[in-house]
Amino acid sequence: MNEINKRLLNEFQRDFPLSAAPYADIATKLGITEHEVIDRLKELNQSGAISRIGAVFKPKRIGASTLAAMAVPVDQLEAIADLVSSYEAVNHNYEREHRLNLWFVATAPDSESLDSVLNDIEQNTGLTVVRLPMVEDYHIDLGFNLKFEDPLS
Amino acid sequence: MIMTLKSEMDIKLIEAIQDGIPLVSRPYREIGDRIGMSEQEVVEKIRQFQDYGIIKRFGIVVRHHELGYRANAMVVWDVPDERVQELGKCMGQFEFVTLCYQRTRSLPHWPYNLYCMIHGQDRAVVLKHLSELINHCGIQGIPCEVLFSRRRFKQRGAVYCRDQGNQSALSAVPDGSRKIRIVGNQ
Repeated sequence: MNEINKRLLNEFQRDFPLSAAPYADIATKLGITEHEVIDRLKELNQSGAISRIGAVFKPKRIGASTLAAMAVPVDQLEAIADLVSSYEAVNHNYEREHRLNLWFVATAPDSESLDSVLNDIEQNTGLTVVRLPMVEDYHIDLGFNLKFEDPLS
Repeated sequence: MIMTLKSEMDIKLIEAIQDGIPLVSRPYREIGDRIGMSEQEVVEKIRQFQDYGIIKRFGIVVRHHELGYRANAMVVWDVPDERVQELGKCMGQFEFVTLCYQRTRSLPHWPYNLYCMIHGQDRAVVLKHLSELINHCGIQGIPCEVLFSRRRFKQRGAVYCRDQGNQSALSAVPDGSRKIRIVGNQ
């Protein structure tokens, strides 16, 4: 990855300009044009390196959400994972190495609609959904310091 | 101080920015045009959301996996209730920790109440980070389990609010099931 892209990825995870033309401000800092900043960000977005430019919301302040886990028989895992992912309320869904092997986060406007989503999943799968709502967030989000070493070194 | 989101404008703005700001010269003006706010109002509101802690961070959100951070482990701990805050703060400060939450236990099946997510280039790096964290926080004796992720079925930013006319929380998205749409924090 070239130097400009590395700096784009690392230096603007926080303190992103809240000015009329933020990409022009970034361009000035990097010594390139606004057009080039926008093009590079589009590329990084398309390649999947960037998910979005915007807000990381503090959890629990808006709406209702919970982490949830299920113990899914291995031969049904893919089908059940697909079913779970198909809910608009589900925003993360991972297989993890554990007896409880399917882990997902569900978010809804209020706790009633969150419950109805989870109950619906239980009804459709016949499996228990273990609910693990958050109590407190201890992570201070300063962005993630990407280290771009050669992966083979 | 907790700011309550009473204003309909606040909700509209969060709805408009939750998938990210557009890659155009005046992104805040474009957001404002969509919801009937001025550019200046959009910027001021975002700043206010940050001040009140509704927004933790505003900027580029990267995807670790695509940038070579292939291994991630959710490490769960069964911490005595009276030590959760102290240990949560200790774990939450490491730069390789990308999430650190206290969650309710689900006894008898799930005794763990403190979670942290560790990202690394590979498993060995993650485990090295973990032992660094254990030593630094002095928690050798506290029961824990390490759950490496195997497959990612879906990942995107949380949807906090959607136009009620569009979708209810229950409605499935037929074509969105396996698609990794826009992504969020892990």
